[in-house]
Amino acid sequence: MSDPLTGLTGPIARDDIVPARAPWDAVVRKGQTLRIVDLEGNQAVDFLMYALADDAERYSAQDTIVAQGNIFLRTGSVLLSNEGNAMATVTGTSVAYHDTIGGACSCESNTLRYGHHTKSQHACVENFLQANARHGRGKRDMVSNINWFMNVPVEADGALGIVDGISAPGLYVDLRAEMDLVAIVSNCPQINNPCNGFNPTPVRMIIAG
Amino acid sequence: MTTANPNAAQAHARAMAGTQVEAMPTVPASAAALLPAGVAPSDMVWAETLAPGGYGAKRLDRGARLQLTDLAGDACASMLVFNAERPVERLNVADTLKVQWNAYLGAGKLVLSDMGKVMFSVLEDEAGTHDAFCGASNAATNAARYGEGDNWGPHPNARDRFSLALAKFGLARRDIHPCVNWFKGVKVEADGSLTPQHGPFAAGRRLTLRAEMDLIVVLANCPHVLDARADYSVTPLRVSAWRGPVTPLDDPIRNATPEGLRAFLNAEAEYSR
Repeated sequence: MSDPLTGLTGPIARDDIVPARAPWDAVVRKGQTLRIVDLEGNQAVDFLMYALADDAERYSAQDTIVAQGNIFLRTGSVLLSNEGNAMATVTGTSVAYHDTIGGACSCESNTLRYGHHTKSQHACVENFLQANARHGRGKRDMVSNINWFMNVPVEADGALGIVDGISAPGLYVDLRAEMDLVAIVSNCPQINNPCNGFNPTPVRMIIAG
Repeated sequence: MTTANPNAAQAHARAMAGTQVEAMPTVPASAAALLPAGVAPSDMVWAETLAPGGYGAKRLDRGARLQLTDLAGDACASMLVFNAERPVERLNVADTLKVQWNAYLGAGKLVLSDMGKVMFSVLEDEAGTHDAFCGASNAATNAARYGEGDNWGPHPNARDRFSLALAKFGLARRDIHPCVNWFKGVKVEADGSLTPQHGPFAAGRRLTLRAEMDLIVVLANCPHVLDARADYSVTPLRVSAWRGPVTPLDDPIRNATPEGLRAFLNAEAEYSR
């Protein structure tokens, strides 16, 4: 996709560059498309959604996995809420699949995964907490998220892990909102595994329609 | 018996005492007829059989053992776990899998919180078929399969069971986190698709967990959300818990992996006061 706006219709409501390591949030209205562009390649974009009308209804990785019978998010995946309602649909993506089992990195889980020397590093949960606080939500509102552009395979013997990415500069994912929702993003700051190619980079968020 | 006046109604009510049904708690737990092997009655803290579609919850002290028994081979124990003294800390299924570099729960594995601590260790597992991917059934999924899924009907769903259980601890819908399902499994195939492992299985499979923190544990015993059977198929779940020692520093599960050891160190730091 040479022009990042190709294929989007309607007025552009937002067109933001999210700096490396930063949070972002936006209201996406039913019918609007949110396009996320992996500007420099293999940048994990940690993503949560809440229903605008009742934010106790929010994205559910488990319900989404059950409904489609598959752990990977691809074009056509319908992203469900914890109440079983469609929140958004993946209407297109130039990456083969995305993750929704790996969760978000946190200062605390980093101590388990890499050692206590990583406790003070910035993490996605910190971004989620900051962005959600703007909407009156807190830690109890944290649930399993989506990781756009992140690769988490499950091997036949059960081995599971974040491995080298399958995204590339300029690849994208389009979501069509199926209800009015709040999107909460952490542009992942992780530097201890390959989810960002060990180098966090900016991403572009476009809301159209 | 007449119930026409308060005294008669009292006599009628009192005449029910002593009734035994399969799905009920035994209080005190020390009086339970089905004691786990080797457990002194005085150590018992929870003895309850959850009905098909039933739920239960209990605060457990650090060191307590929690044994679940799939009495008839078709139970599905959906579980939420909270730090009892600060419930904003709770089970995190993504961290539980990711930190242990494995998709499946079983003997020797840990159940981790969202604050980098071990909540439960799996001491014993006779089932080997568990699920951290699919979560709880909800009103919509049960309505689609059984026609309805309400708490007041014959096909209650796990999410709404959780909602009731949590309300009794002052918690609410937004506290229902992604859960684990014990006894009903799912296998992830290479293309990401899911193969259910739903049995029914041999009767009497047991799972024994050790609480590594002071916990609130919540259980719902509803058909697995991917259970393809048209009828509401689930059998009673036996729950036993007893007091036990806090995990010693030389415990083999504590020391099995570097990631797990750090989860124990973080939990131990929580209680270093």
